[in-house]
Amino acid sequence: MKNHSLGTAGRFRRSRSLGRTWENMIPKLLLACALISVFTTLGIIGTLISETTSFFSQVSFGEFFTETKWTALFHESQQHFGVWPLIAGTLLVTGIAAIVAVPIGLASAIYLSEYANPKVSKVLKPILEVLAGVPTIVYGFFALTFVTPLLRGLLPEMGVFNALSAGIVVGIMIIPLIASLSEDAMSAVPKNIREAAYAMGCTKFEVALKVVVPAALSGIIASFVLGLSRAIGETMIVTIAAGSTPQLTLDPTESVQTMTSFIVQAATGDNSFGSTAYGAIYAVGMTLFLFTLVMNLLAQYISRRFKEEY
Amino acid sequence: MSAEEVVIHHQEGESGSPTLSLVEKRERSHFGFRRWKNRLAHGLFLISTMIGVIVLGALLWNVVKDGWAWVTPTFFNNFASRLPEQAGIKAAFWGTIWVIGLTVPLTFIFGVGTAIYLEEYARKNRFTRFIQLNISNLAGVPSIVFGILGLTLFVRLMGLGKTVLAGSLTMTLLVLPIVIVAAREAISSVPNNLRLASLAMGATQWQTIRRVVLPYSMPGILTGVILALSRAIGETAPLIMIGAVSFIAFTPGYALDAFTVMPIQIYSWVSLPQPAFQHLAAAGILVLLAMLLSMNAFAVFLRNRFSKDK
Amino acid sequence: MSQATMTRNAIQIKDLDLYYGEKQALKKINMSIEEKTVVALIGPSGCGKSTFLRTLNRMNDMIPGVRIDGTITMHDEDIYNKEIDVEMLRKEVGMVFQAPNPFPKSIYDNVAYGPRVHGQRNRKILDEIVERSLRQAALWEEVKDRLKDRATGLSGGQQQRLCIARTLAVEPEIVLMDEPTSALDPISTAKIEELIQELKQKYTIIIVTHNMQQAARISDRTAFFLNGELVEEDKTERLFSNPKDQRTEDYITGRFG
Repeated sequence: MKNHSLGTAGRFRRSRSLGRTWENMIPKLLLACALISVFTTLGIIGTLISETTSFFSQVSFGEFFTETKWTALFHESQQHFGVWPLIAGTLLVTGIAAIVAVPIGLASAIYLSEYANPKVSKVLKPILEVLAGVPTIVYGFFALTFVTPLLRGLLPEMGVFNALSAGIVVGIMIIPLIASLSEDAMSAVPKNIREAAYAMGCTKFEVALKVVVPAALSGIIASFVLGLSRAIGETMIVTIAAGSTPQLTLDPTESVQTMTSFIVQAATGDNSFGSTAYGAIYAVGMTLFLFTLVMNLLAQYISRRFKEEY
Repeated sequence: MSAEEVVIHHQEGESGSPTLSLVEKRERSHFGFRRWKNRLAHGLFLISTMIGVIVLGALLWNVVKDGWAWVTPTFFNNFASRLPEQAGIKAAFWGTIWVIGLTVPLTFIFGVGTAIYLEEYARKNRFTRFIQLNISNLAGVPSIVFGILGLTLFVRLMGLGKTVLAGSLTMTLLVLPIVIVAAREAISSVPNNLRLASLAMGATQWQTIRRVVLPYSMPGILTGVILALSRAIGETAPLIMIGAVSFIAFTPGYALDAFTVMPIQIYSWVSLPQPAFQHLAAAGILVLLAMLLSMNAFAVFLRNRFSKDK
Repeated sequence: MSQATMTRNAIQIKDLDLYYGEKQALKKINMSIEEKTVVALIGPSGCGKSTFLRTLNRMNDMIPGVRIDGTITMHDEDIYNKEIDVEMLRKEVGMVFQAPNPFPKSIYDNVAYGPRVHGQRNRKILDEIVERSLRQAALWEEVKDRLKDRATGLSGGQQQRLCIARTLAVEPEIVLMDEPTSALDPISTAKIEELIQELKQKYTIIIVTHNMQQAARISDRTAFFLNGELVEEDKTERLFSNPKDQRTEDYITGRFG
């Protein structure tokens, strides 16, 4: 800044007291708190990488990504580590969830943002919030004891454990997420754009479909991606309702195993640490982590990159 | 309506004859059909939104129907048992209390500390943006991956074993992003002129934070903490991963005891084939939902109680 | 600038420059402010008068990218010296803001805030400080029966007097006021102006105002700022009746601003 050569009368000075030291310590302590989240990420990536590496020293990369049989928890002589059945199971459940959640979530968002009067949304929004707060174990119970019997009434040949029931309930679970994020995006569309459309004689439906939804599209798509990422990582519903049969199928009435439910099954079994089956937890965990990470980054990219400047 | 229609005609280039009555204009345009479409869409959107409400109703009815009769004093006073009539949630209930009891202070300190750092101290540079990006990505990591981290880091590497402490630490990392986001929002809502007033009187930055910023933002922070806790109470997968077991016949006495929690107890009952255990699971869910509901009611109470004062 | 009188200077500003990044907001300001006077800073908005006011208690420090050259001397010390404790400086140089900004705490806790921050915990002394400060701010009679009430429940004018009381509670020597009446109704404004006249017995007051009548009514000296420069500074009557600079004359006769 500049030179200071004035006297030191000391009127505005305070000895370097304890309070001063404390004051200087605080930002450092708080920074340490903020770094916990960074270390959490590093910890996740670190453990996954190190254990996955040792897994791949026992199982070849090629086997993991090309074989179509997953029998990690069988006796060693019969073990196969082709991850595709788990990925297929995950995508099947997620696909069913998307078929349920995307239209219903979007329609709910349009209703709440464009049609509902404030009184109605004051009732409906908290209900959606409650729905979002229901623990997944409860959804799992609901899938197994309510949705599955209902579906088996319609499709009697379907087994107790099936991808359909789990997928539907996972879809229900992510409806609130998609609805509320999409609604946020639509509420951010300025009123004057809507009014311009109304002034041209558009009906509410036309305004919603041709003006509001396109204007909020990036936020809406980001909400879909986030919702599906949540579906991929969902564990308890699929563990309870989808069964534990790793198989490469697109038949929703079949029992499947997802990446998450395999991890639970392997962790609750009596696999000793260091065994290949145990290592499979990390390899599958890594695959799952990468899936969701890519989707989350994609969602952030979409909502940032295509953010409309109103 | 009429103004809209006239404009539509302009658009369609049909308004050459000014002698048309409005009714005639209406018939000429497709307005009738468009309005019908609007009504239909309105109905569909409403039905979609109601699906959430209906599902919530079905879910609650399903749980109450199955579990209500089983919520008895025995249920609270007994440990898990092979005999459904004698089984209870004592160990799980107190395990949940223990885990939450340890998670609350940890999340509060680390979460609010991070939020204060980011809002009040951090410079707006790349490092700060990196921390923020990292936190929003962590929020999207599947909870089971946190379980893998907890298993590797706390249970094995740090040698905490399958204990309450390991469970609480895992939970803390899991819900930290929720608390950070809520606390940051609350802190950034503090009017800046209050900070300036405090600093202008010669208060230090930390004094300003402690005496002005935190009291003002506390309701928002507490709401966020409660939100995070209701997430933690319902989480099952990460605690399954770190090895919380369900057949425990004691309540934790200190932080390094083995434990189980309500969702895990419910899960283990759900997985048993005998119908009686499904009733126990439903009863457990009722208790879990009651805990969640009272916590959320408390959050609403806090919000209303303190928002009046501003 | 007459230095002939025997009164001491509270503040001496020499060659003060201030930059917001690349933009220079204050240019070579030189000014002396005598103790126990009221100095009004006037000028069109954006002229730098508020920025100048905030250099005196270093409130500009918090804005990223601000750079300052020159010296501001109080009690023989350059307040921009690295050794200076900003908190101690601000204790001596209090500030009242444009809009009343009481804390959402009780009236008592608002006034006791400063003393508490500076380490005063004795309840009896705090009581005395609160009463004295509220009396000085001409608010005591109105609030003495409801010191525990929330300060945010007071009227705007009362809130601003409370903020003045809060500032006085740490016994500053200098009180900076940044358009303190701009958010208030005429009656409250009159009360604050009256109060300022009282306060100059004990304090040096530097007040930014956009209202020339107010400057003429309450100040001993007036400084006219334009585009970051101090155009003219003089006894208030002289500046308004017989300005030396054409720009000052244009401004006070309402030709711009």
